[in-house]
Amino acid sequence: MRSRLLVLHVLIASLLLIPLIRLWDVQVRHGDDYARAAAEDHVRQVVVPQVRGGILDDRGRPLVRNRTRLAVTVDHVALTRRRDGGRAVLDRLAGVLGVPAARLAEQVRLCTAGVRPPCWPGSPYQPIPVAGEVSTRAALQIAERPELFPGVSADPVPVRDHPRGELAAHTLGYVAPSGGGDPASGIGLSGQEGLEARYDADLSGRPGRREVVVDTTGQVVRTLSETPPVAGHDLVTSIDAEVQEVAERALRRAVEGARDRRLPADAGAAVVMDVRTGRVVALAAHPGYDPDVWSGGISGDAYRELRGRLQPKAIQGQWAPGSTWKITSAAAAVKAGYALDGIYGCPGSFQVGARSFRNFRGIPLGSMPLSRALTASCDTIFYRFAYEMWLKDGGTKPVKRPRDPMQKMAAAFGFGKRTGIDLPGEAAGRLPTRAWKRSFWAQTRKQSCKEAKRARSAYVRAIAKENCVDGHRWWAGDAANFSIGQGDVLVTPLQLARAYAALANGGKLFTPRVGKAVVRADGSVVRRIKPKVAGRLPVPKKVLAYIRKALAEVPRSGTAAGAFAGFPLDRLAVAGKTGTAEAYGKKDTSWFASFAPAGKPRYAVVVVVSQGGTGASTAAPAVREIWSGMYGLEGGKAALR
Amino acid sequence: MRAQRPDWVLAVAAVALCGLGAVLVWSATEPRLLDAGQDPLTYLKRQLVNIAVGVAVMVALSATSHRVLRAYTPWAYLAAVLSLAAVLTPLGRTVNGAQAWLGLGPLQVQPSEPAKLALVLALATVLAERHDGERRPRWTQVGLALALSAPPAALIMLQPDMGTLLILAAVVLGALFAAGVALRWLLALSGSAVAAGAAAWFLGLLQPHQVSRLIAFAEPGADPLGAGYTAKEALVTVGSGGAFGRGLFNGDQTAGRFVPEQHTDFVFTVAGEELGFLGSALIVVLLAVVLWRGLRVAGRTGSFGCVAAAAVVCWLALQTFVNIGMALGLAPVIGVPLPFVSYGGSATVAALAAIGVLQSIHRGHPPKGH
Repeated sequence: MRSRLLVLHVLIASLLLIPLIRLWDVQVRHGDDYARAAAEDHVRQVVVPQVRGGILDDRGRPLVRNRTRLAVTVDHVALTRRRDGGRAVLDRLAGVLGVPAARLAEQVRLCTAGVRPPCWPGSPYQPIPVAGEVSTRAALQIAERPELFPGVSADPVPVRDHPRGELAAHTLGYVAPSGGGDPASGIGLSGQEGLEARYDADLSGRPGRREVVVDTTGQVVRTLSETPPVAGHDLVTSIDAEVQEVAERALRRAVEGARDRRLPADAGAAVVMDVRTGRVVALAAHPGYDPDVWSGGISGDAYRELRGRLQPKAIQGQWAPGSTWKITSAAAAVKAGYALDGIYGCPGSFQVGARSFRNFRGIPLGSMPLSRALTASCDTIFYRFAYEMWLKDGGTKPVKRPRDPMQKMAAAFGFGKRTGIDLPGEAAGRLPTRAWKRSFWAQTRKQSCKEAKRARSAYVRAIAKENCVDGHRWWAGDAANFSIGQGDVLVTPLQLARAYAALANGGKLFTPRVGKAVVRADGSVVRRIKPKVAGRLPVPKKVLAYIRKALAEVPRSGTAAGAFAGFPLDRLAVAGKTGTAEAYGKKDTSWFASFAPAGKPRYAVVVVVSQGGTGASTAAPAVREIWSGMYGLEGGKAALR
Repeated sequence: MRAQRPDWVLAVAAVALCGLGAVLVWSATEPRLLDAGQDPLTYLKRQLVNIAVGVAVMVALSATSHRVLRAYTPWAYLAAVLSLAAVLTPLGRTVNGAQAWLGLGPLQVQPSEPAKLALVLALATVLAERHDGERRPRWTQVGLALALSAPPAALIMLQPDMGTLLILAAVVLGALFAAGVALRWLLALSGSAVAAGAAAWFLGLLQPHQVSRLIAFAEPGADPLGAGYTAKEALVTVGSGGAFGRGLFNGDQTAGRFVPEQHTDFVFTVAGEELGFLGSALIVVLLAVVLWRGLRVAGRTGSFGCVAAAAVVCWLALQTFVNIGMALGLAPVIGVPLPFVSYGGSATVAALAAIGVLQSIHRGHPPKGH
């Protein structure tokens, strides 16, 4: 019996010793490993979204701000894990949201190679927004039946709010959800276009991070550590919401008016710039769009329709400037030695080499001073200047260093290169020079030579042959077309506005700015944004004053006299220049470039309507409406302060 | 014969374990009760009642002569078998796949717990009978002992509750061993028990959840989100406590309910995480004290006391090993409570009653030489 109890002692001692040894091994020797494994179980990193800064107008009125919506999102991973790829879930969801299931399917597919929008450009691990704003009832329907909607959730999400609707949509730009593929960074908003993109670093702020302890169901038990989010700064712009509204309304009415006259008027733009500072006061484009379409995904048809409206025409649209260009040609002629107070003949046509270049509608206007050449927009005077300059440079056998006074002057006015405005995607326009023509010929030669043989129309064949053989040469015709802003010359409305602002302010060519200051939520300034002076016009003050004085006559007795009939020019002396540019295969481009008050200019206003007819009939009335609205001249309140 | 004083070391160790257990139960259940909007002390209060009842039973049994215990043994045995049978009728309730509970109004009783003690007493009564000069029980006695073990074992197998069945087997083997049954008989008996187990496995008599738990024990990585989840989380939770623990009520794994059944079968993981090696080892040491004092009682008494005490020690020892082993990956998850520590009325009262029986035997047999 004794021996048996001894055996039991040993047995039971070992039954307790084994767990004790194991306990030592697990807790003391490998305790840290298990503590790490446990932390993986119950510690989670959570991103705390930050508030994106707003965009304000010159007087502090919000153009973009934030608000919260109940948005429906879909978890791509959870959806594709379903046996039917989530089709049944999407069908049910489509029923609740009242949209076609096919549309939802497009929204939640990933943008991989070969998939065209609409599709989801973000990480598959991010919730994909499918409905930007749903009713509380629909949100509850989804939230209360998680078994019917696996991977679908309805949560409050921050979205951009545009209190003034479509106003300045192109300039403001838009945001898109971003995560950079890092699931820990969660959903942020990143600027995609316009000011939202250009000032993204200032607006976006920094998300916070929270380390939380969760239980086995994922519920947060407590917070371990927290880095609070940093809100983005606000951007104050020089846009004046009231002036912007006036400009957009005038542009819209100009387009509608042109369409009433059976013109296509397919696009347009308006620019209002402060000539003394280079700040942009209004930047309008037609057609516009509603920036709120972006929040909450967009359907395929809507996207295709929208794509044509997205282009900010004021900085990306490029058209031949027509006669608005003549301020550079006139300045170049005076610089080249033509007398400022000389009298020049304006015949109905002018022989440039073998070709005859006609005045507008072929009408001879007799002899006139240079100012009248601008006011009445005589073409033949400028043909003569260009042709004589071309001959001086050697004609068909150019000298080694041609002087090309008109090209140099146009470049000095800032044409042919980007203005450097604080908006993305600006176009550079086109300044055709000898060098440009050579490189263009090299690029297009093959195509021209092919067309020279094959084209059906004899006219096209002849031009193609000329381009094929002699396309690299700078002809007298090129010089003549250049002088009146035709041919290969292209400008953006912003470039033209800047050039007229330089003319108006005595020669300072600014790098335009929309942003004025970056400020904190409490109003303190982070940094001020000041337009830099990009260059000075190589034109004597006297000559600029002469041109300004000439342009002041345009609305009184010149080409815009009709458009400005009845306008109180005695209260606001508007100076300007019409432009009617021919476009091959299209209706004329309608321009009016202006500044006021003529004696002591403050603002420059430019309007263009593509395929809008003559400058006097479409663009000039729109500019008149903008000046009226800004200063409250013809009824209504002044939009300016 | 003058009755001895009770074994205070044994009593204090058992009650200390109960007190420690109540605190661990409190810590394990507080977050979920708060979550559900209930009184966070609900389980603590109930366990304190359980302990009070158990201590009362322990004291009463300690004061009872073991001769009186022997006299009541047949009735206790009969009551145990009848209540185990009642569990299988519609009176019984199923928890975790086993129909092991009897609802008596607001009370929930698990008859298999007191049945362990009843069987201990029945086996001791049968095996302790000695004729002149005999040192080992006769084969008729062994046969009777096995015959008495069969009905409760069969009824528990029908629940089915493999954990309790295993403890029952330990009780029977321990009693036969202590009674002096020849080793070759014991080996034959063990061999047939293993053969029966193998037959149950191959004939598919085990429940699916039991099979998967056994596979998970053999291959912990086989199904980490299924049957192996509990075992893995239990080990991680114990290990994360380190040497000194996270502190009572400070265990994130415990608060996050990563280990199921943490106030009952896995109460040891609470000690592991919140009290660390220091606290866990203290529990093992206190249990060792209880078992050591039990064996001391067995060595100092006559035949009945020796068999009964040894059987009680085997019961508590195996239950301790399996329960702690489950938390440490040393034993499959078969669901037995940690004696004195786990939450549960039947188990707590039965364990404390067993201590009462040990005290009764201890007091009836003054050490030799006195």
